[in-house]
Amino acid sequence: MPLHALDVEKVSYRAAGGPLLLDGVHLRAAPGETVGVVGPNGSGKTTLLRCVYGTLRPTGGRITLGGHDAAALSVKARARRVAAVPQEAGGGFGLTAGRIAAMGRSPHKRFWEGDTAADAARVAAALERTGAAALARRPFDELSGGERQRVLVARALVQEPELLVLDEPTNHLDVRYQWELLALVRDLPATGLLALHDLNLAAYFCDRLYVLEAGRVVADGTPEEVLTPGLLAEVYGVRAEVDVHPETGAPTVVYLPPREPRGLPHPREPRETQEPREPREPREGARG
Amino acid sequence: MTPVRSSTAPRSSAAPARCALVCGVLAAVLVAGALAGLALGAARIPLADVLAALTGRAQPGPFTTIVLDVRLPRVLLAAVVGAGLALVGAVLQALVRNPLADPYLLGISSGASMGAVLSVVLGVGAVSMQAGAFAGALLATVTVYAMARSGAAVTTGRLVLAGVAVQYVLSALTSLVLVTSAEKEHLRAILFWTLGGLGQARLHTVLLPALVLAAGLVLLLALARPLDLLLVGEEGATVLGLDTGRFRAASFVLASLVTAVLVTVSGAIGFVGLMVPHAARMAVGAGHRALLPVAALGGAAFLVLADLAARTVAAPEEIPVGVLTALTGGPFFLWLLRRTRHAEGAMG
Repeated sequence: MPLHALDVEKVSYRAAGGPLLLDGVHLRAAPGETVGVVGPNGSGKTTLLRCVYGTLRPTGGRITLGGHDAAALSVKARARRVAAVPQEAGGGFGLTAGRIAAMGRSPHKRFWEGDTAADAARVAAALERTGAAALARRPFDELSGGERQRVLVARALVQEPELLVLDEPTNHLDVRYQWELLALVRDLPATGLLALHDLNLAAYFCDRLYVLEAGRVVADGTPEEVLTPGLLAEVYGVRAEVDVHPETGAPTVVYLPPREPRGLPHPREPRETQEPREPREPREGARG
Repeated sequence: MTPVRSSTAPRSSAAPARCALVCGVLAAVLVAGALAGLALGAARIPLADVLAALTGRAQPGPFTTIVLDVRLPRVLLAAVVGAGLALVGAVLQALVRNPLADPYLLGISSGASMGAVLSVVLGVGAVSMQAGAFAGALLATVTVYAMARSGAAVTTGRLVLAGVAVQYVLSALTSLVLVTSAEKEHLRAILFWTLGGLGQARLHTVLLPALVLAAGLVLLLALARPLDLLLVGEEGATVLGLDTGRFRAASFVLASLVTAVLVTVSGAIGFVGLMVPHAARMAVGAGHRALLPVAALGGAAFLVLADLAARTVAAPEEIPVGVLTALTGGPFFLWLLRRTRHAEGAMG
């Protein structure tokens, strides 16, 4: 399947009667690129991802896949192009992990069609790639959080999407599977859009990062451009040192205890920072 | 990519084989139960005479009349109603993702009894009572559906809440009507509609439910894949390409129509639609392609046997079959509750 670019154009989302959760977000993922979305809790990462994979409808702006307006796609047509691993997956209600993974074929099938041997082979291969082959016959509900996560990523692979959206995919995973999973996603031909908490993983695996704060993109660019002590102080309210690791060549964040004895500085509070302030021109106007 | 090990392939031939085996056993139980239902009762009829009557080789006589005109419609109706209730129960449990769902959850049975009681009180004949029941069932369905929908979507929580609310209101109205016009005739009517019974079966009354069941079974089997998708939840089903709101609305209408037809001919026979799907899920798993036929066959066999017991246990008195299904179903459900208490809300 030919890969297409994802374009999020000035997307806003306001829950009915609630606050503005996304405020004029621009985001672009080139075909095959792996793009990370980072930001503090409640900054709108999950909302943005939901708008992209279609369980939320943006209240402003538009999202295009290869130039086509995503809102015009049917639920099923969209699922053929975009696979998602949501943060909270429902239970399996007694279905086996293999059956859950096999559901990834659904968008490609008419609803009365059964699965063929070729489908079963795809499912087996996907489970193998995520290290979940041995789990296929076990009830999904009885798996650990990390095992479920691997089964759900396998399901997303079975969907054979152009765009793979993962919300906190490394939650519940131990260090080894975090690395294996992100390496797998990066090496897939599909475009990847990931919400990540771990900035070091984001720096190593993503081609570009978008930083969200209070529903707005406050910085974007390569990990080197984005992950600076100034931005970390500004957005997360933490003191940190960023070095380029000699072996990986990726920016590496080391968090430091706050200098003020009274605890963490408040993120949005103007204060004297020890580090020179980073230029912040993407924050106002240009991105908004 | 590492080569695929066949031992860990997610689909094996074991599942269809298991389904076929379970279906075979249930079909055998159903046939045996049906033959027993034809042979046993107030008058015992030898099996040879039953078979002769069925194949049309018997001389016209009392045995033939009892077998063909009295017991056969009743056995057929029990099979059709049992299959239909279990089928609809399995579908509704998936639709609302709640193991407590049964065909009467959505106010259909209370709508039927309300309609029937009203038509009795207003003083019309037996045919109109059935028409009243059907109209009441449909009215309750439409009310629940209208209250549960927001936009084109029907959500799980709203469906259950609307169903329960409508059920209570209709039951209260039925009681009100009965209290204000206390006649024995009305009490008998309400007993039939709330406990259910198969004693009114005639061959021509079986035909419509049988056709509706057949159509419903075919349609719902075709919907096995989206029904499976509903099990992984709203968000999961949506990202896998299912328009959950619209699908839930359509299947709800289908399930309601089947239930309304069944309630009209049999009253509200409880627990079949609740426990047979759970038992079927234990036998063949939660995948609907296997679950639905097993539930339907199991429901048919169960209700045929329950009706046989209802007719024979306290003969010549007849126990309402709904009392028997509740007596066996209640303890089963409590056992299920104990078994699944660690997995709150899990199905089967």
